[in-house]
Amino acid sequence: MNAIMSEIRTALMSTLVLVVLVCCLYPLAVRGAGLLIFPRNAAGSLITRAGTITGSELIGQCFTGPRYFHTRPSAAGKGYDAANSGGSNLGPLSKHLRDTVAERVAAYRQENGLGPDIRVPADAVTASGSGLDPHISVRNALLQAPRVAHAAGMNPEAVRTLIHAHTEAPDALLFGCPRVNVLTLNIALHENR
Amino acid sequence: MHPVNIIELLLFVGLLLAMTKPLGLHLAAVLDAQGKTVLDPFVQPAEKFLYRLIGIRSTDEQSWKRYTVSLCAFSLVSMLFTYAVLRLQHLLPLNPQGFGPVRPDLAFNTAASFTTNTNWQSYGGESTLSYFSQMAGLTLHNFASAAAGIAVAAALVRGISRHSVKTIGNFWVDLVRTNLYLLIPASFIFALFLMSQGVIQNFHPYVTAQPLDQQAAAAQSIAQGPLASQIAIKMLGTNGGGFMNANAAHPYENPTPLSNFLQMLAILLIPSGLTYYLGRMLKNQRHGWAVWTAMLIMFLASLSVCWWSESAGNPRLHALGVDAAEGNMEGKEVRFGIFDSALFATVTTSASCGAVNAMHDSFTPAGGLMPLVNIQLGEVVFGGAGAGLYGMLVFIVLTVFLAGLMVGRTPEYAGKKIEARDIKLCALALLILVCTILGFTAWAAVAPRGTAAITNRGPHGLTEMLYAFSSAAGNNGSAFAGLGATTVWYNTTLGIAMLLGRFFMIVPILALAGSLGAKKPMPQTAGTFPVAGPTFIVLLVGTVLIVGALTFLPALALGPIVEHFLMTTAPVVY
Repeated sequence: MNAIMSEIRTALMSTLVLVVLVCCLYPLAVRGAGLLIFPRNAAGSLITRAGTITGSELIGQCFTGPRYFHTRPSAAGKGYDAANSGGSNLGPLSKHLRDTVAERVAAYRQENGLGPDIRVPADAVTASGSGLDPHISVRNALLQAPRVAHAAGMNPEAVRTLIHAHTEAPDALLFGCPRVNVLTLNIALHENR
Repeated sequence: MHPVNIIELLLFVGLLLAMTKPLGLHLAAVLDAQGKTVLDPFVQPAEKFLYRLIGIRSTDEQSWKRYTVSLCAFSLVSMLFTYAVLRLQHLLPLNPQGFGPVRPDLAFNTAASFTTNTNWQSYGGESTLSYFSQMAGLTLHNFASAAAGIAVAAALVRGISRHSVKTIGNFWVDLVRTNLYLLIPASFIFALFLMSQGVIQNFHPYVTAQPLDQQAAAAQSIAQGPLASQIAIKMLGTNGGGFMNANAAHPYENPTPLSNFLQMLAILLIPSGLTYYLGRMLKNQRHGWAVWTAMLIMFLASLSVCWWSESAGNPRLHALGVDAAEGNMEGKEVRFGIFDSALFATVTTSASCGAVNAMHDSFTPAGGLMPLVNIQLGEVVFGGAGAGLYGMLVFIVLTVFLAGLMVGRTPEYAGKKIEARDIKLCALALLILVCTILGFTAWAAVAPRGTAAITNRGPHGLTEMLYAFSSAAGNNGSAFAGLGATTVWYNTTLGIAMLLGRFFMIVPILALAGSLGAKKPMPQTAGTFPVAGPTFIVLLVGTVLIVGALTFLPALALGPIVEHFLMTTAPVVY
């Protein structure tokens, strides 16, 4: 019994020691280093325009107007709720998934004036894992370009040039997929007008 | 499936291979109370100071029983600490969102989850927990449970490599040294890299943004927090509990494909290094590499199926006019695409990590089957930090035993006779996993409180429950997250499953360490079964697969396997 009590005492002490080390000193040291070396990243890569925060470069947001490129469908809260991230968690045989995707396909084709023979990009009609995906595929952006150009009264070629300027290549040409950051692209469009 | 993905895979395996030896050597020094490392000049004074504070002598060694008592006492105390932090979070600092106390069942589940290195996310991260709860309540265990796992693996390896002794090391020394010489420095460096990619680290209240398209949304509240420090150890310690609900799919936790690549590497780093440590301690480096190779074979096999299935996508959606070229994108992020999501799913379930960068619940049936199988094999394909190696050592002892039976010789491993008691302990360690997973899943499948939580009907619903208890008992922590498991019933049963899967496995393993350590060495003869080379690798892989298949195939047939055939042949939806 004495042996067990002494073990409990050691356990208490080592828990306290670890709390000080890894729960206080370590996160504060990382915070300090972040402030010194990567202040913008550590604070959330926020985009500020005319004194107000428009959003974060890394966090997607909702777009419905025809003048904007649209992000992917989102299952985070009521859509792009960045305080409530998450996916739809619908399985492959889900009736709800099938019906929702069918609606999204029809809406995507109608919005962008696409015929029934055009296959809709998968990312345009499926919800992402986080519900905050800031990116869309290049093909998705190019299919939306004529609609955006028309609504914004711009030359379609200029819109396509903007898309390519906001396309991120795979990291080190190796990791991940080419992708278009919707928020920065839309801000560029907005400021172009 | 793209050629550039093959290059990425080769680079991944190549880097893992290249880092195995240096890390194994470092582990050998860290896990020796008198070991010399390059960090000694900086860390040794702190180490000595800590020993004085907690009142131990680094030269004292413990019997397996004492080692077990120390580990259990530490786990109990630290679990109660986390429970208290969560229950009292409304009174504690760093709570800018003003979250109330965590419900008792959820606090129990979360405390059990982090103590056991499971990190099952019943909690909602940014919508439930304050910064202090994350930093103190959860990060404590990210370090402590990983160190405890490594300690148990080291104790077992000591038992195998020593002979005629009663002691297997000192738990407190292993705990302190693993943290000071390995986990804390490595996490700090990794956290710096993560911030360079955009992972946040701050204590600001949630940011309110005025979105560009004011017609679509008037305001967007963006969750903040000290992420980088927690994500670094979440990966290195194979914990996997996310700061945010969406875990590594969240752009703040995993902003770029490069951060994703290194996070995957970080998960497998320590488990892989431990195989080299095994070879070094047994003075049989070829054995260490044979174990590594067996793990790699199973890893690649599992990845191939998952990758293929996710690339092929969901024919139901293709029939609606969705482009098949992108694969199954439901629940996946554009920046990762199919390959990085399939690789991540394989890595995180091979190890007992459980972080996810895509939602496994929305994977295709065969793509979701592989993560589930990885967990059910006991997470011995590299496995968790420490837990992978001690799990694999159980299978190695079984393999040696089976090989001995086949040729009619007394089985021996590393110069030790394997006797009935040792095999019983191994069987116990395996059976506890099986009984917990299948027992609880069976209960959930017939209990109204079990089935009420499933999101997807049909075979997928059974898979959600089977996955939950596999993940809990296997201390993985990933989920088919459609299961609405934040109920009192699930929080309690899953919490119990985690504790059973962790401690009822660790106790027989430490007993095995004690039993093997006490044995006298036997001279190696021409008849000794060699534990290196292709024959051993094939037998080891075979043992792991046969034990896993015999146990779980019936349950899997009713879940993902039947779902796969329904998807490809029948027009049903649920």
